[in-house]
Amino acid sequence: MSLIDTVSLPRSFRLPRVDGLIQWIVPLAIIAIWQVASVTGFVPTRVLPAPSDVVLAGWKLLLSGELVRNIWVSFWRASIGFLIGGSIGFAFGLANGLSQLSAKLTDTTLQMVRNVPHLALIPLVILWFGIDESAKLFLVALGVFFPIYLNTLHGIRTVDPQLIEMGRIYGMTDSELFRRVIFPGALPSIFVGIRFALGIMWLTLIVAETIAASSGLGYMAMQAREFMLIDVVVLSILIYALLGKLADSASRVLERLTLSWHPAFQKR
Amino acid sequence: MQTALRTSLPETELASRANFAPQARMLREERPLQTSGLPLSIRGLRKSFGDNEVLRGIDLYIPAGQFVAIVGKSGCGKSTLLRLIAGLEKIDAGSISFGDAVQPEDIRVMFQEPRLLPWARVLSNVEVGLGRDRASADAHARAEKALTEVGLTDKRDQWPSVLSGGQKQRVALARALVSRPRVLAFDEPLGALDALTRISMQRLLERVWRDQGFTAILVTHDVSEAVALADRVLVIDEGRIAHDVTVNAARPRQRGSAELASLEGSILSHLLSADDRT
Ligand SMILES: Nc1ncnc2c1ncn2[C@@H]1O[C@H](COP(=O)(O)OP(=O)(O)O)[C@@H](O)[C@H]1O
Ligand SMILES: [Mg+2]
Repeated sequence: MSLIDTVSLPRSFRLPRVDGLIQWIVPLAIIAIWQVASVTGFVPTRVLPAPSDVVLAGWKLLLSGELVRNIWVSFWRASIGFLIGGSIGFAFGLANGLSQLSAKLTDTTLQMVRNVPHLALIPLVILWFGIDESAKLFLVALGVFFPIYLNTLHGIRTVDPQLIEMGRIYGMTDSELFRRVIFPGALPSIFVGIRFALGIMWLTLIVAETIAASSGLGYMAMQAREFMLIDVVVLSILIYALLGKLADSASRVLERLTLSWHPAFQKR
Repeated sequence: MQTALRTSLPETELASRANFAPQARMLREERPLQTSGLPLSIRGLRKSFGDNEVLRGIDLYIPAGQFVAIVGKSGCGKSTLLRLIAGLEKIDAGSISFGDAVQPEDIRVMFQEPRLLPWARVLSNVEVGLGRDRASADAHARAEKALTEVGLTDKRDQWPSVLSGGQKQRVALARALVSRPRVLAFDEPLGALDALTRISMQRLLERVWRDQGFTAILVTHDVSEAVALADRVLVIDEGRIAHDVTVNAARPRQRGSAELASLEGSILSHLLSADDRT
Protein backbone atom coordinates (compact mmCIF):
# COMPACT_ATOMS: atom_id res chain seq x y z
CA MET A 1 0.00 0.00 0.00
CA SER A 2 2.68 2.37 1.03
CA LEU A 3 4.49 1.32 -2.11
CA ILE A 4 1.70 2.66 -4.21
CA ASP A 5 1.32 6.04 -2.62
CA THR A 6 5.04 6.60 -2.76
CA VAL A 7 5.21 5.78 -6.44
CA SER A 8 2.19 7.65 -7.60
CA LEU A 9 3.44 11.02 -6.41
CA PRO A 10 4.31 12.89 -9.59
CA ARG A 11 7.80 14.28 -9.44
CA SER A 12 6.74 17.86 -10.09
CA PHE A 13 4.92 17.94 -6.74
CA ARG A 14 8.05 17.03 -4.83
CA LEU A 15 9.60 20.15 -3.42
CA PRO A 16 12.28 18.60 -1.22
CA ARG A 17 12.79 21.61 1.09
CA VAL A 18 9.16 22.42 1.68
CA ASP A 19 8.07 18.78 1.64
CA GLY A 20 8.71 18.26 5.35
CA LEU A 21 6.83 21.39 6.36
CA ILE A 22 3.90 21.26 3.97
CA GLN A 23 2.20 18.35 5.72
CA TRP A 24 2.03 20.30 9.00
CA ILE A 25 0.19 23.31 7.60
CA VAL A 26 -3.28 21.78 7.82
CA PRO A 27 -2.97 20.34 11.37
CA LEU A 28 -1.51 23.61 12.64
CA ALA A 29 -4.30 25.61 11.01
CA ILE A 30 -6.90 23.34 12.60
CA ILE A 31 -5.36 23.83 16.05
CA ALA A 32 -5.26 27.61 15.54
CA ILE A 33 -8.90 27.74 14.47
CA TRP A 34 -9.86 25.46 17.36
CA GLN A 35 -8.05 27.72 19.86
CA VAL A 36 -9.77 30.82 18.52
CA ALA A 37 -13.17 29.11 18.52
CA SER A 38 -12.73 28.09 22.17
CA VAL A 39 -11.41 31.42 23.41
CA THR A 40 -14.21 33.36 21.73
CA GLY A 41 -16.74 30.94 23.21
CA PHE A 42 -17.93 29.81 19.79
CA VAL A 43 -17.34 26.23 20.94
CA PRO A 44 -18.27 25.80 24.65
CA THR A 45 -15.39 24.34 26.70
CA ARG A 46 -17.84 21.74 28.08
CA VAL A 47 -17.95 20.27 24.55
CA LEU A 48 -14.34 20.76 23.56
CA PRO A 49 -11.64 22.37 25.72
CA ALA A 50 -9.21 24.80 24.13
CA PRO A 51 -5.92 23.30 22.91
CA SER A 52 -4.13 25.36 25.54
CA ASP A 53 -6.23 23.69 28.26
CA VAL A 54 -5.38 20.28 26.87
CA VAL A 55 -1.68 21.12 26.92
CA LEU A 56 -2.03 22.41 30.47
CA ALA A 57 -3.78 19.22 31.58
CA GLY A 58 -1.02 17.25 29.94
CA TRP A 59 1.63 19.28 31.75
CA LYS A 60 -0.02 18.68 35.13
CA LEU A 61 -0.28 14.92 34.50
CA LEU A 62 3.29 14.90 33.36
CA LEU A 63 4.46 16.54 36.57
CA SER A 64 2.50 14.09 38.70
CA GLY A 65 4.08 11.22 36.74
CA GLU A 66 0.67 9.78 35.97
CA LEU A 67 0.91 10.48 32.25
CA VAL A 68 4.24 8.75 31.78
CA ARG A 69 3.11 5.77 33.83
CA ASN A 70 -0.08 5.30 31.81
CA ILE A 71 1.63 5.78 28.46
CA TRP A 72 4.28 3.29 29.51
CA VAL A 73 1.67 0.72 30.53
CA SER A 74 -0.18 1.09 27.23
CA PHE A 75 3.02 1.02 25.23
CA TRP A 76 4.16 -2.11 27.01
CA ARG A 77 0.86 -3.88 26.41
CA ALA A 78 0.87 -2.89 22.76
CA SER A 79 4.43 -4.07 22.17
CA ILE A 80 4.20 -7.36 24.03
CA GLY A 81 0.82 -8.18 22.48
CA PHE A 82 2.17 -7.27 19.06
CA LEU A 83 5.28 -9.38 19.53
CA ILE A 84 3.32 -12.41 20.68
CA GLY A 85 0.58 -12.22 18.03
CA GLY A 86 3.00 -11.13 15.32
CA SER A 87 5.45 -13.96 15.95
CA ILE A 88 2.75 -16.60 16.00
CA GLY A 89 1.18 -15.15 12.84
CA PHE A 90 4.56 -14.99 11.14
CA ALA A 91 5.35 -18.57 12.15
CA PHE A 92 2.04 -19.87 10.81
CA GLY A 93 2.45 -17.79 7.65
CA LEU A 94 5.90 -19.28 7.06
CA ALA A 95 4.82 -22.81 7.82
CA ASN A 96 1.73 -22.66 5.62
CA GLY A 97 3.52 -20.82 2.84
CA LEU A 98 6.36 -23.32 2.72
CA SER A 99 4.60 -26.58 3.48
CA GLN A 100 1.55 -27.91 1.71
CA LEU A 101 0.89 -30.31 4.56
CA SER A 102 0.90 -27.56 7.16
CA ALA A 103 -1.38 -25.41 5.00
CA LYS A 104 -3.87 -28.23 4.53
CA LEU A 105 -3.82 -28.91 8.22
CA THR A 106 -4.35 -25.40 9.61
CA ASP A 107 -5.29 -22.86 6.95
CA THR A 108 -9.03 -23.62 6.81
CA THR A 109 -9.32 -23.48 10.59
CA LEU A 110 -7.48 -20.18 10.75
CA GLN A 111 -9.63 -18.71 7.99
CA MET A 112 -12.71 -19.68 9.96
CA VAL A 113 -11.46 -18.13 13.19
CA ARG A 114 -10.61 -14.99 11.23
CA ASN A 115 -14.29 -14.39 10.60
CA VAL A 116 -14.95 -13.91 14.31
CA PRO A 117 -14.40 -10.21 15.11
CA HIS A 118 -11.83 -10.41 17.88
CA LEU A 119 -13.40 -7.58 19.85
CA ALA A 120 -16.57 -9.66 20.11
CA LEU A 121 -14.57 -11.94 22.37
CA ILE A 122 -14.18 -9.26 25.07
CA PRO A 123 -16.92 -10.62 27.36
CA LEU A 124 -15.46 -14.10 27.07
CA VAL A 125 -11.94 -12.83 27.63
CA ILE A 126 -13.04 -10.98 30.77
CA LEU A 127 -14.60 -14.19 32.05
CA TRP A 128 -11.38 -16.06 31.35
CA PHE A 129 -8.78 -13.58 32.51
CA GLY A 130 -10.67 -10.94 34.48
CA ILE A 131 -9.26 -7.48 33.92
CA ASP A 132 -5.80 -8.90 34.27
CA GLU A 133 -2.88 -7.92 31.97
CA SER A 134 -3.26 -11.20 30.10
CA ALA A 135 -6.73 -10.18 28.90
CA LYS A 136 -5.34 -7.15 27.04
CA LEU A 137 -2.33 -9.03 25.73
CA PHE A 138 -4.56 -11.83 24.50
CA LEU A 139 -6.84 -9.45 22.60
CA VAL A 140 -4.00 -7.48 21.05
CA ALA A 141 -2.15 -10.63 20.06
CA LEU A 142 -5.28 -12.08 18.50
CA GLY A 143 -5.99 -8.89 16.56
CA VAL A 144 -2.42 -8.65 15.30
CA PHE A 145 -2.17 -12.33 14.39
CA PHE A 146 -4.37 -12.31 11.30
CA PRO A 147 -2.95 -9.47 9.22
CA ILE A 148 0.57 -10.76 9.84
CA TYR A 149 -0.42 -14.34 9.12
CA LEU A 150 -2.33 -13.56 5.93
CA ASN A 151 0.27 -11.22 4.47
CA THR A 152 3.22 -13.45 5.29
CA LEU A 153 1.41 -16.37 3.66
CA HIS A 154 0.48 -14.29 0.65
CA GLY A 155 4.02 -12.92 0.36
CA ILE A 156 5.59 -16.35 0.36
CA ARG A 157 3.09 -17.81 -2.07
CA THR A 158 3.60 -15.03 -4.57
CA VAL A 159 7.39 -15.17 -4.70
CA ASP A 160 8.29 -15.48 -8.38
CA PRO A 161 8.57 -19.24 -9.08
CA GLN A 162 11.11 -18.47 -11.80
CA LEU A 163 13.42 -16.99 -9.17
CA ILE A 164 12.99 -20.07 -7.01
CA GLU A 165 13.86 -22.26 -10.00
CA MET A 166 16.88 -20.05 -10.65
CA GLY A 167 18.02 -20.52 -7.05
CA ARG A 168 17.71 -24.28 -7.38
CA ILE A 169 19.59 -24.32 -10.70
CA TYR A 170 22.43 -22.46 -9.07
CA GLY A 171 22.59 -25.01 -6.29
CA MET A 172 21.12 -23.10 -3.35
CA THR A 173 20.32 -25.25 -0.36
CA ASP A 174 16.85 -24.98 1.20
CA SER A 175 18.04 -22.56 3.85
CA GLU A 176 19.92 -20.43 1.33
CA LEU A 177 16.88 -20.42 -0.90
CA PHE A 178 14.79 -19.18 2.00
CA ARG A 179 17.29 -16.56 3.08
CA ARG A 180 18.20 -15.24 -0.34
CA VAL A 181 15.04 -15.70 -2.40
CA ILE A 182 11.86 -16.52 -0.51
CA PHE A 183 12.12 -14.26 2.54
CA PRO A 184 13.27 -11.12 0.69
CA GLY A 185 10.58 -11.75 -1.90
CA ALA A 186 7.89 -11.98 0.76
CA LEU A 187 9.13 -8.97 2.71
CA PRO A 188 7.13 -6.23 0.95
CA SER A 189 3.94 -8.13 1.68
CA ILE A 190 5.00 -8.81 5.27
CA PHE A 191 5.39 -5.06 5.76
CA VAL A 192 1.89 -4.45 4.49
CA GLY A 193 0.77 -6.92 7.17
CA ILE A 194 2.80 -5.16 9.86
CA ARG A 195 1.27 -1.80 9.08
CA PHE A 196 -2.25 -3.21 9.12
CA ALA A 197 -1.43 -4.97 12.37
CA LEU A 198 -0.17 -1.76 14.00
CA GLY A 199 -3.50 -0.09 13.31
CA ILE A 200 -5.41 -3.02 14.76
CA MET A 201 -3.06 -3.12 17.74
CA TRP A 202 -3.96 0.41 18.88
CA LEU A 203 -7.64 -0.03 18.14
CA THR A 204 -7.81 -3.22 20.18
CA LEU A 205 -5.90 -1.70 23.03
CA ILE A 206 -8.11 1.39 23.22
CA VAL A 207 -11.25 -0.70 23.37
CA ALA A 208 -9.81 -3.19 25.84
CA GLU A 209 -8.42 -0.50 28.15
CA THR A 210 -11.62 1.46 28.04
CA ILE A 211 -13.72 -1.54 28.99
CA ALA A 212 -11.52 -3.57 31.27
CA ALA A 213 -8.44 -2.02 32.81
CA SER A 214 -7.11 -0.34 35.92
CA SER A 215 -4.26 1.48 34.22
CA GLY A 216 -3.21 2.69 30.80
CA LEU A 217 -4.33 5.48 28.52
CA GLY A 218 -7.81 4.09 27.93
CA TYR A 219 -8.32 3.77 31.67
CA MET A 220 -7.05 7.32 32.16
CA ALA A 221 -9.65 8.56 29.68
CA MET A 222 -12.47 6.65 31.37
CA GLN A 223 -11.47 7.94 34.81
CA ALA A 224 -11.38 11.47 33.47
CA ARG A 225 -14.87 11.01 32.02
CA GLU A 226 -16.23 10.08 35.47
CA PHE A 227 -14.78 13.27 36.93
CA MET A 228 -15.88 15.31 33.89
CA LEU A 229 -12.25 16.20 33.09
CA ILE A 230 -12.89 16.71 29.41
CA ASP A 231 -9.40 18.12 28.77
CA VAL A 232 -7.85 14.85 29.97
CA VAL A 233 -10.23 12.86 27.76
CA VAL A 234 -9.17 14.85 24.71
CA LEU A 235 -5.53 14.55 25.77
CA SER A 236 -5.80 10.75 25.89
CA ILE A 237 -7.33 10.65 22.44
CA LEU A 238 -4.56 12.85 21.04
CA ILE A 239 -1.87 10.72 22.65
CA TYR A 240 -3.37 7.61 21.10
CA ALA A 241 -3.26 9.32 17.73
CA LEU A 242 0.34 10.32 18.30
CA LEU A 243 1.41 6.83 19.34
CA GLY A 244 -0.34 5.36 16.33
CA LYS A 245 1.44 7.77 14.04
CA LEU A 246 4.76 7.00 15.74
CA ALA A 247 4.36 3.26 15.27
CA ASP A 248 3.48 3.78 11.64
CA SER A 249 6.49 6.00 11.06
CA ALA A 250 8.77 3.48 12.74
CA SER A 251 7.53 0.74 10.44
CA ARG A 252 8.02 3.01 7.43
CA VAL A 253 11.61 3.70 8.42
CA LEU A 254 12.22 -0.03 8.82
CA GLU A 255 10.59 -0.64 5.45
CA ARG A 256 12.76 1.95 3.79
CA LEU A 257 15.88 0.42 5.28
CA THR A 258 15.11 -3.17 4.36
CA LEU A 259 13.46 -2.57 1.00
CA SER A 260 16.01 -0.13 -0.37
CA TRP A 261 16.30 -2.36 -3.44
CA HIS A 262 12.66 -1.77 -4.30
CA PRO A 263 12.10 0.69 -7.17
CA ALA A 264 9.52 2.51 -5.02
CA PHE A 265 12.13 3.38 -2.41
CA GLN A 266 14.95 4.45 -4.65
CA LYS A 267 16.27 7.94 -4.83
CA ARG A 268 15.81 8.89 -8.44
CA MET B 1 18.35 -27.68 -51.20
CA GLN B 2 18.93 -30.71 -49.06
CA THR B 3 22.25 -31.49 -50.74
CA ALA B 4 23.85 -28.35 -49.36
CA LEU B 5 22.82 -29.32 -45.86
CA ARG B 6 24.49 -32.20 -44.17
CA THR B 7 21.91 -34.20 -42.31
CA SER B 8 24.25 -35.60 -39.70
CA LEU B 9 27.95 -35.60 -39.02
CA PRO B 10 29.70 -38.98 -39.12
CA GLU B 11 30.83 -39.94 -35.63
CA THR B 12 34.38 -40.68 -36.73
CA GLU B 13 34.92 -37.18 -37.97
CA LEU B 14 33.61 -35.78 -34.70
CA ALA B 15 35.90 -37.98 -32.67
CA SER B 16 38.94 -37.00 -34.63
CA ARG B 17 38.06 -33.34 -34.35
CA ALA B 18 37.81 -33.59 -30.62
CA ASN B 19 41.06 -35.54 -30.28
CA PHE B 20 43.16 -33.41 -32.55
CA ALA B 21 42.00 -30.00 -31.57
CA PRO B 22 45.18 -28.18 -32.75
CA GLN B 23 44.78 -29.50 -36.28
CA ALA B 24 41.12 -28.66 -36.29
CA ARG B 25 42.03 -25.17 -35.24
CA MET B 26 44.36 -24.79 -38.19
CA LEU B 27 41.79 -26.10 -40.57
CA ARG B 28 38.89 -24.01 -39.33
CA GLU B 29 39.83 -20.77 -37.66
CA GLU B 30 36.31 -20.24 -36.42
CA ARG B 31 36.44 -23.06 -33.88
CA PRO B 32 36.81 -21.85 -30.32
CA LEU B 33 40.48 -21.77 -29.35
CA GLN B 34 40.42 -24.27 -26.54
CA THR B 35 37.45 -26.45 -26.10
CA SER B 36 36.51 -26.68 -22.48
CA GLY B 37 33.11 -27.80 -23.68
CA LEU B 38 31.50 -31.15 -23.14
CA PRO B 39 30.12 -33.28 -25.93
CA LEU B 40 26.49 -34.15 -25.60
CA SER B 41 24.85 -37.30 -26.73
CA ILE B 42 21.11 -37.81 -26.68
CA ARG B 43 19.49 -41.14 -27.48
CA GLY B 44 15.81 -41.90 -27.98
CA LEU B 45 14.72 -39.04 -25.75
CA ARG B 46 11.00 -38.86 -25.05
CA LYS B 47 8.92 -36.54 -22.94
CA SER B 48 5.18 -36.19 -22.49
CA PHE B 49 3.03 -33.95 -20.34
CA GLY B 50 -0.08 -36.01 -19.68
CA ASP B 51 -1.44 -36.98 -23.09
CA ASN B 52 0.67 -34.37 -24.82
CA GLU B 53 3.62 -36.19 -26.41
CA VAL B 54 6.07 -33.33 -26.75
CA LEU B 55 9.31 -35.10 -27.66
CA ARG B 56 8.94 -38.40 -29.54
CA GLY B 57 12.44 -39.74 -29.85
CA ILE B 58 15.30 -37.27 -30.17
CA ASP B 59 18.67 -38.63 -31.29
CA LEU B 60 21.42 -36.09 -31.32
CA TYR B 61 25.15 -35.85 -30.95
CA ILE B 62 26.73 -32.50 -30.27
CA PRO B 63 30.53 -32.44 -30.34
CA ALA B 64 32.39 -30.53 -27.65
CA GLY B 65 32.46 -26.81 -28.20
CA GLN B 66 29.90 -26.72 -30.99
CA PHE B 67 27.38 -23.89 -31.22
CA VAL B 68 23.99 -25.41 -31.97
CA ALA B 69 20.81 -23.47 -32.59
CA ILE B 70 17.39 -25.05 -32.19
CA VAL B 71 14.42 -23.62 -34.08
CA GLY B 72 10.87 -24.79 -34.53
CA LYS B 73 7.38 -23.42 -34.30
CA SER B 74 6.03 -22.30 -30.99
CA GLY B 75 5.08 -25.18 -28.68
CA CYS B 76 7.13 -27.77 -30.57
CA GLY B 77 9.15 -28.63 -27.47
CA LYS B 78 12.31 -26.52 -27.80
CA SER B 79 12.19 -25.33 -24.21
CA THR B 80 11.32 -28.81 -23.03
CA LEU B 81 14.41 -30.23 -24.76
CA LEU B 82 16.56 -27.54 -23.20
CA ARG B 83 15.10 -28.12 -19.75
CA LEU B 84 15.74 -31.83 -20.07
CA ILE B 85 19.35 -31.17 -21.03
CA ALA B 86 19.73 -28.84 -18.05
CA GLY B 87 18.17 -31.43 -15.76
CA LEU B 88 15.14 -29.30 -14.91
CA GLU B 89 12.63 -31.92 -16.04
CA LYS B 90 12.52 -35.68 -15.66
CA ILE B 91 13.27 -37.82 -18.69
CA ASP B 92 10.44 -40.22 -19.66
CA ALA B 93 12.57 -42.48 -21.84
CA GLY B 94 15.97 -42.40 -23.49
CA SER B 95 19.17 -40.85 -22.24
CA ILE B 96 21.24 -37.71 -22.21
CA SER B 97 24.93 -38.10 -21.51
CA PHE B 98 27.86 -35.75 -21.39
CA GLY B 99 31.28 -37.10 -22.26
CA ASP B 100 32.56 -36.62 -18.73
CA ALA B 101 31.47 -36.75 -15.14
CA VAL B 102 29.56 -33.48 -14.84
CA GLN B 103 29.41 -31.13 -11.88
CA PRO B 104 26.29 -29.01 -11.40
CA GLU B 105 28.44 -25.95 -12.18
CA ASP B 106 29.35 -27.38 -15.60
CA ILE B 107 25.92 -26.82 -17.09
CA ARG B 108 24.23 -23.44 -17.03
CA VAL B 109 20.99 -22.12 -18.50
CA MET B 110 19.97 -18.64 -19.48
CA PHE B 111 16.30 -17.78 -19.97
CA GLN B 112 14.37 -15.10 -21.74
CA GLU B 113 13.78 -13.42 -18.39
CA PRO B 114 17.00 -12.41 -16.64
CA ARG B 115 15.76 -13.85 -13.31
CA LEU B 116 17.99 -11.58 -11.23
CA LEU B 117 17.35 -11.22 -7.52
CA PRO B 118 15.91 -7.68 -7.27
CA TRP B 119 17.17 -7.38 -3.69
CA ALA B 120 20.78 -8.21 -4.49
CA ARG B 121 23.28 -5.83 -6.06
CA VAL B 122 24.59 -6.68 -9.51
CA LEU B 123 27.83 -8.16 -8.20
CA SER B 124 26.18 -10.43 -5.69
CA ASN B 125 23.72 -11.56 -8.37
CA VAL B 126 26.72 -12.66 -10.38
CA GLU B 127 28.18 -14.44 -7.34
CA VAL B 128 25.03 -16.56 -7.17
CA GLY B 129 26.37 -18.22 -10.33
CA LEU B 130 29.34 -19.67 -8.49
CA GLY B 131 27.12 -22.36 -7.04
CA ARG B 132 28.93 -24.20 -4.28
CA ASP B 133 31.97 -21.93 -4.61
CA ARG B 134 29.94 -18.90 -3.47
CA ALA B 135 31.64 -18.83 -0.10
CA SER B 136 35.19 -19.16 -1.46
CA ALA B 137 37.71 -16.39 -0.92
CA ASP B 138 38.00 -15.45 -4.58
CA ALA B 139 34.24 -15.25 -5.16
CA HIS B 140 34.33 -11.45 -5.46
CA ALA B 141 37.24 -11.48 -7.85
CA ARG B 142 35.68 -14.12 -10.06
CA ALA B 143 32.36 -12.30 -10.16
CA GLU B 144 34.11 -9.05 -11.09
CA LYS B 145 35.97 -10.79 -13.86
CA ALA B 146 32.72 -12.18 -15.26
CA LEU B 147 31.19 -8.69 -15.10
CA THR B 148 34.16 -7.33 -17.01
CA GLU B 149 33.64 -9.96 -19.69
CA VAL B 150 30.12 -8.65 -20.32
CA GLY B 151 31.27 -5.04 -20.04
CA LEU B 152 29.33 -4.07 -16.91
CA THR B 153 32.07 -3.45 -14.35
CA ASP B 154 30.73 0.02 -13.60
CA LYS B 155 27.32 -1.38 -12.62
CA ARG B 156 28.59 -3.74 -9.93
CA ASP B 157 26.97 -1.88 -7.04
CA GLN B 158 23.65 -1.09 -8.71
CA TRP B 159 20.29 -2.65 -8.02
CA PRO B 160 18.99 -4.67 -10.97
CA SER B 161 15.90 -2.46 -11.21
CA VAL B 162 17.91 0.47 -12.56
CA LEU B 163 19.37 -1.54 -15.44
CA SER B 164 17.98 -1.68 -18.97
CA GLY B 165 16.66 -4.97 -20.38
CA GLY B 166 19.87 -5.61 -22.28
CA GLN B 167 22.04 -4.84 -19.24
CA LYS B 168 19.99 -7.18 -17.06
CA GLN B 169 20.47 -9.93 -19.60
CA ARG B 170 24.20 -9.26 -19.62
CA VAL B 171 24.27 -9.64 -15.83
CA ALA B 172 22.42 -12.93 -16.26
CA LEU B 173 25.06 -13.95 -18.80
CA ALA B 174 27.84 -13.04 -16.37
CA ARG B 175 26.12 -15.12 -13.70
CA ALA B 176 25.95 -18.07 -16.10
CA LEU B 177 29.59 -17.64 -17.13
CA VAL B 178 31.16 -17.11 -13.73
CA SER B 179 31.43 -20.82 -12.95
CA ARG B 180 33.14 -21.48 -16.30
CA PRO B 181 30.42 -23.83 -17.53
CA ARG B 182 31.18 -26.46 -20.13
CA VAL B 183 27.67 -26.47 -21.56
CA LEU B 184 25.63 -23.30 -21.81
CA ALA B 185 21.97 -23.57 -22.82
CA PHE B 186 20.05 -20.48 -23.89
CA ASP B 187 16.26 -20.37 -24.07
CA GLU B 188 15.43 -17.41 -26.31
CA PRO B 189 17.71 -15.19 -24.23
CA LEU B 190 17.33 -12.23 -26.57
CA GLY B 191 13.62 -12.67 -27.25
CA ALA B 192 12.57 -9.65 -25.22
CA LEU B 193 15.20 -7.21 -26.47
CA ASP B 194 14.92 -4.52 -29.12
CA ALA B 195 16.62 -5.06 -32.48
CA LEU B 196 19.75 -3.03 -31.79
CA THR B 197 20.38 -4.49 -28.34
CA ARG B 198 19.79 -7.93 -29.83
CA ILE B 199 22.55 -7.53 -32.34
CA SER B 200 25.07 -6.34 -29.79
CA MET B 201 24.06 -9.20 -27.48
CA GLN B 202 24.49 -11.68 -30.34
CA ARG B 203 28.02 -10.38 -30.85
CA LEU B 204 28.66 -10.71 -27.12
CA LEU B 205 27.38 -14.30 -27.07
CA GLU B 206 29.57 -15.21 -30.01
CA ARG B 207 32.60 -13.58 -28.41
CA VAL B 208 32.29 -15.30 -25.03
CA TRP B 209 31.64 -18.61 -26.76
CA ARG B 210 34.82 -18.20 -28.81
CA ASP B 211 36.80 -17.09 -25.77
CA GLN B 212 35.65 -19.86 -23.49
CA GLY B 213 34.84 -22.70 -25.82
CA PHE B 214 31.80 -24.09 -24.02
CA THR B 215 29.25 -26.12 -25.91
CA ALA B 216 26.42 -23.70 -26.74
CA ILE B 217 22.81 -24.68 -27.31
CA LEU B 218 20.65 -21.77 -28.33
CA VAL B 219 16.87 -21.98 -28.65
CA THR B 220 15.59 -19.11 -30.73
CA HIS B 221 12.58 -18.19 -32.83
CA ASP B 222 14.74 -15.94 -34.97
CA VAL B 223 16.18 -17.93 -37.88
CA SER B 224 18.55 -15.17 -38.93
CA GLU B 225 19.97 -15.18 -35.39
CA ALA B 226 20.38 -18.94 -35.63
CA VAL B 227 22.35 -18.85 -38.89
CA ALA B 228 24.40 -15.87 -37.76
CA LEU B 229 25.61 -17.56 -34.58
CA ALA B 230 25.46 -21.32 -34.93
CA ASP B 231 27.66 -23.99 -36.47
CA ARG B 232 24.56 -26.04 -36.92
CA VAL B 233 20.82 -25.42 -36.89
CA LEU B 234 18.34 -28.07 -35.79
CA VAL B 235 14.70 -27.82 -36.83
CA ILE B 236 12.32 -29.61 -34.47
CA ASP B 237 8.96 -30.74 -35.77
CA GLU B 238 6.43 -33.18 -34.36
CA GLY B 239 8.70 -34.12 -31.50
CA ARG B 240 11.68 -35.05 -33.66
CA ILE B 241 14.65 -33.40 -35.26
CA ALA B 242 13.29 -32.83 -38.74
CA HIS B 243 16.33 -31.10 -40.21
CA ASP B 244 19.95 -30.77 -39.22
CA VAL B 245 21.59 -27.96 -41.14
CA THR B 246 25.31 -27.23 -41.01
CA VAL B 247 26.32 -23.59 -41.31
CA ASN B 248 29.77 -23.45 -42.83
CA ALA B 249 30.09 -19.69 -43.21
CA ALA B 250 33.39 -18.40 -41.86
CA ARG B 251 33.50 -16.23 -38.75
CA PRO B 252 33.25 -13.36 -38.17
CA ARG B 253 30.14 -13.66 -40.23
CA GLN B 254 28.80 -11.05 -42.53
CA ARG B 255 25.24 -10.44 -41.47
CA GLY B 256 22.92 -10.37 -44.46
CA SER B 257 25.44 -12.05 -46.76
CA ALA B 258 24.02 -14.06 -49.64
CA GLU B 259 25.29 -17.30 -48.10
CA LEU B 260 23.50 -16.76 -44.79
CA ALA B 261 20.40 -15.40 -46.50
CA SER B 262 19.98 -18.48 -48.64
CA LEU B 263 20.46 -20.77 -45.62
CA GLU B 264 17.94 -18.72 -43.70
CA GLY B 265 15.51 -19.01 -46.59
CA SER B 266 15.78 -22.77 -46.73
CA ILE B 267 15.33 -23.17 -42.97
CA LEU B 268 12.32 -20.86 -43.05
CA SER B 269 10.77 -22.94 -45.81
CA HIS B 270 11.18 -26.06 -43.63
CA LEU B 271 9.44 -24.25 -40.81
CA LEU B 272 6.64 -23.02 -43.04
CA SER B 273 6.01 -26.43 -44.58
CA ALA B 274 5.78 -27.84 -41.06
CA ASP B 275 3.28 -25.14 -40.25
CA ASP B 276 1.17 -25.87 -43.34
CA ARG B 277 0.65 -29.45 -42.31
CA THR B 278 -1.17 -28.42 -39.13
N1 LIG C 1 5.32 -28.14 -17.24
C1 LIG C 1 4.47 -28.43 -18.26
N2 LIG C 1 3.30 -29.02 -18.01
C2 LIG C 1 2.44 -29.33 -19.01
N3 LIG C 1 2.67 -29.06 -20.31
C3 LIG C 1 3.83 -28.46 -20.62
C4 LIG C 1 4.78 -28.12 -19.62
N4 LIG C 1 5.85 -27.53 -20.22
C5 LIG C 1 5.56 -27.52 -21.55
N5 LIG C 1 4.36 -28.08 -21.78
C6 LIG C 1 3.75 -28.26 -23.11
O1 LIG C 1 4.71 -28.85 -23.95
C7 LIG C 1 4.65 -28.29 -25.24
C8 LIG C 1 6.01 -27.76 -25.63
O2 LIG C 1 6.33 -26.66 -24.83
P1 LIG C 1 7.69 -25.89 -24.97
O3 LIG C 1 8.81 -26.82 -24.87
O4 LIG C 1 7.66 -24.78 -23.97
O5 LIG C 1 7.57 -25.29 -26.44
P2 LIG C 1 8.48 -24.22 -27.16
O6 LIG C 1 9.01 -24.93 -28.35
O7 LIG C 1 7.58 -23.11 -27.59
O8 LIG C 1 9.54 -23.77 -26.22
C9 LIG C 1 3.56 -27.25 -25.22
O9 LIG C 1 2.40 -27.80 -25.77
C10 LIG C 1 3.38 -26.96 -23.76
O10 LIG C 1 2.05 -26.63 -23.51
MG1 LIG D 1 9.91 -21.92 -25.28
